[in-house]
Amino acid sequence: MTNTLIENNFRTNRLPHIWCSGCGHGIIMRAITKAVDELGYNKDDVCVVSGIGCSSRAPGYMDFNTFHTLHGRALAYATGVKMAKPELKVIVVTGDGDCAAIGGNHLIHSARRNIDITTIVFNNNIYGMTGGQYSPTTPTGDKGTTAPFGNIDKNFDLCKLVQGAGATYVARSTAYHVNMITQQVKTGLENKGFSFIEAVSICPTYYGRKNKKGDAVSMMNYLKTNAVNVKAADKLPKEKIQGKFLIGEFYKSQEPEYTEEYQKIIDSFQKER
Amino acid sequence: MSNQCEIRLSGSGGQGLILAGIILAEAALNDGNNAVQSQSYGPEARGGASKSEVIISDSDINYPKVRECDILLSLTQIACDKYIKSLKKNGVLIIDDSVNIPQRNDIQVYSLPILKTAIDKVGKPMVANIVALAAINAITKVTTNDSLQKAVLNRVPKGTEELNIKALTEGFNLV
Amino acid sequence: MKNKKIKLMQGNEACVEGALAAGMKFFAGYPITPSTEIAEISSLRLPRIGGKFIQMEDEIAGMAAVIGGSLAGLKSMTATSGPGFSLKQENLGYAVLAEVPCVVVNVQRGGPSTGLPTMPAQGDIMQAKWGTHGDHPVIALSPSSVRETFDLTVKAFNYAEKYRMPVILLTDEVIGHMREKIEIPDPDEIEIIDRLKPEKGLDEYKPYEIKEGQVAPEMAAYGEGYRFHVTGLIHDETGFPSNDSKVAGDLVNRLMKKIDDNIDDLTLYEEYKLDDADIAVISYGITARSAKSAVDMARAEGLKVGLFRPMIIWPFPEKQIAQLGKRVKNIITAEMNLGQYVLEVERVANKYTNITKCGKANGELITPDEILAKIKEVQ
Repeated sequence: MTNTLIENNFRTNRLPHIWCSGCGHGIIMRAITKAVDELGYNKDDVCVVSGIGCSSRAPGYMDFNTFHTLHGRALAYATGVKMAKPELKVIVVTGDGDCAAIGGNHLIHSARRNIDITTIVFNNNIYGMTGGQYSPTTPTGDKGTTAPFGNIDKNFDLCKLVQGAGATYVARSTAYHVNMITQQVKTGLENKGFSFIEAVSICPTYYGRKNKKGDAVSMMNYLKTNAVNVKAADKLPKEKIQGKFLIGEFYKSQEPEYTEEYQKIIDSFQKER
Repeated sequence: MSNQCEIRLSGSGGQGLILAGIILAEAALNDGNNAVQSQSYGPEARGGASKSEVIISDSDINYPKVRECDILLSLTQIACDKYIKSLKKNGVLIIDDSVNIPQRNDIQVYSLPILKTAIDKVGKPMVANIVALAAINAITKVTTNDSLQKAVLNRVPKGTEELNIKALTEGFNLV
Repeated sequence: MKNKKIKLMQGNEACVEGALAAGMKFFAGYPITPSTEIAEISSLRLPRIGGKFIQMEDEIAGMAAVIGGSLAGLKSMTATSGPGFSLKQENLGYAVLAEVPCVVVNVQRGGPSTGLPTMPAQGDIMQAKWGTHGDHPVIALSPSSVRETFDLTVKAFNYAEKYRMPVILLTDEVIGHMREKIEIPDPDEIEIIDRLKPEKGLDEYKPYEIKEGQVAPEMAAYGEGYRFHVTGLIHDETGFPSNDSKVAGDLVNRLMKKIDDNIDDLTLYEEYKLDDADIAVISYGITARSAKSAVDMARAEGLKVGLFRPMIIWPFPEKQIAQLGKRVKNIITAEMNLGQYVLEVERVANKYTNITKCGKANGELITPDEILAKIKEVQ
């Protein structure tokens, strides 16, 4: 089973990937691919778009139409692809720096349009590719190479941000909760609209080392013990969820989808003829 | 030597002077002439000083902007004060009668109740530009009346044709 | 109007008409004076022919979406002005390296910075050539009239598709906003070039492989069955990234050779009264109209003056300017900036002739009188 998933959906001649040992990104990449595979999509109809950063190297290994664009701009490029060919299943793979800092504007506006793009952010709380600088999701007080005395910025809750901006599917899971990623990506891909999945990753090389979080196994254990499913959170006493973070599906709704709305304008002229 | 006439239409933003320039240029094309229409504008969409320029020629027009004009229309005092110096000697000045007649004795001046005619006789202040065009044409014959009417009908919003024909007639009658 | 096809049209409107005639099916952009009419008219026209328009959240996104749309198979365009052109530069470089055809219109306005939004300039000439980082080829065209805006927009699309690269159309506030006579040619009179596509059903498609006799690689669209990879990293002919210095050198050289090997196809200019001229005025875009008037005025006074007007300004018409330098005693380069194109004229013709610049950057056109005064000064 595992082997067929890799053989059928990856460019095996491009492997092994460039990520560090212990990095969570490979797990997330595989989980996304598994979702596409399980949905039975034709690979020719899937387009994976990324920006710049560690996460954004993923499309190069995935055997779909792949598009490695500029830092922060993946969603803007993907919007062009989706507008031009709405029949494509468009997936954006991005990171916390890529989509929440330099690409923040594209993120909120893609959500606002509710354009049918499924975005998965590999959130490792750090700029990995450039060597460990703090990002918009680095928790306040944590260290990065550009926050040697601790980060004084407040960090984003990306799910709340994107939900507020108008996304119609918003969920979070982690590199530990790998089946949940697959399930959420499947739901996102089947949602006609902007879907956002925050996949919390781990970066033992930079974030972990800088902040004394231990090795990859301890960071995985952290994800395991600190993630609280949103369905259970209501029933738990406050002190039980203090300092922990929520995973699961936060929001789901049906709203008009952008390319379908545009097609209605085109169709209105065809009727006129 | 080519026969070239340079016209400057001035007033305040929102008086429809850019549209008037477009109509005049299109009328010139209807006559088989060449025309270039351009405009300068500030950041305001309404108010401020607005001008529209038209060059009409029986040959190619290279430099597209009006420098010294042969005909100047000014619907406001500010516009007249600003552009009066750019009117050539022996040029034609057409002003709304609310504007003071400037101190120049080397030009022909026509002071006409353009804005009042639009309001009182046609019933719509926004057709002042069309009243003015008709007056300009009656005085200068810069385009043929047929071509002007055709251009007006081609450019004004659907449903306002009758109103604009009335504005043209009242404009011609002013002279 | 006697002939129905003769119209009074704005330059920005003619740009859209040209783009539609060339096959534009996608426009993405952001409002900016004085280019906005191009977006407005595109939004009105495209859905009627099954095309798509989108107003993006910023200038950068407009350029990015255009590249995405082109890779998904549609002929794509964006339009902007100074500040927006600056913002688009990184993406413009992506289109060069990833070899994505698209047209970028820059209706130039006074700069630097926000500058003079409603006034013309030709201050982005060098930016068009060097604005994005790294060594890269550039094709830029500059029309002098409304009709030529139509024609050169068609050409911009054709070059973009033929050479698989972004093509820049540099107009200005006056060309963009002025209205003049235009006769729109019949569709069958217009030459249209489409990108070369790979055969269907190949066992292997290499998106950056140049085959014998081709000026640019064959280009499949996303969703056509070839699951290829596109990146802004240096890549080999498979499209996948490489850090190999030979691959890097070969790729950048191949990109440059698209221009160098086809320079005759990419040279377009008008000569006016140059045959017996002692003085040549070199001017492009809106300023060339003043230069033409100045030439006529000078000729009326018995001065032997002519005009050289490049319509493709990048690549620089080196051969022609060098020959011109050998033929005349003086060259005056007239442009609405403080000396940009003249630097290239000097590079090529300084050893043969005297070169003088005639320029200004105050939001006003250079007048025929100003150029005439320069002519008299040098003769």
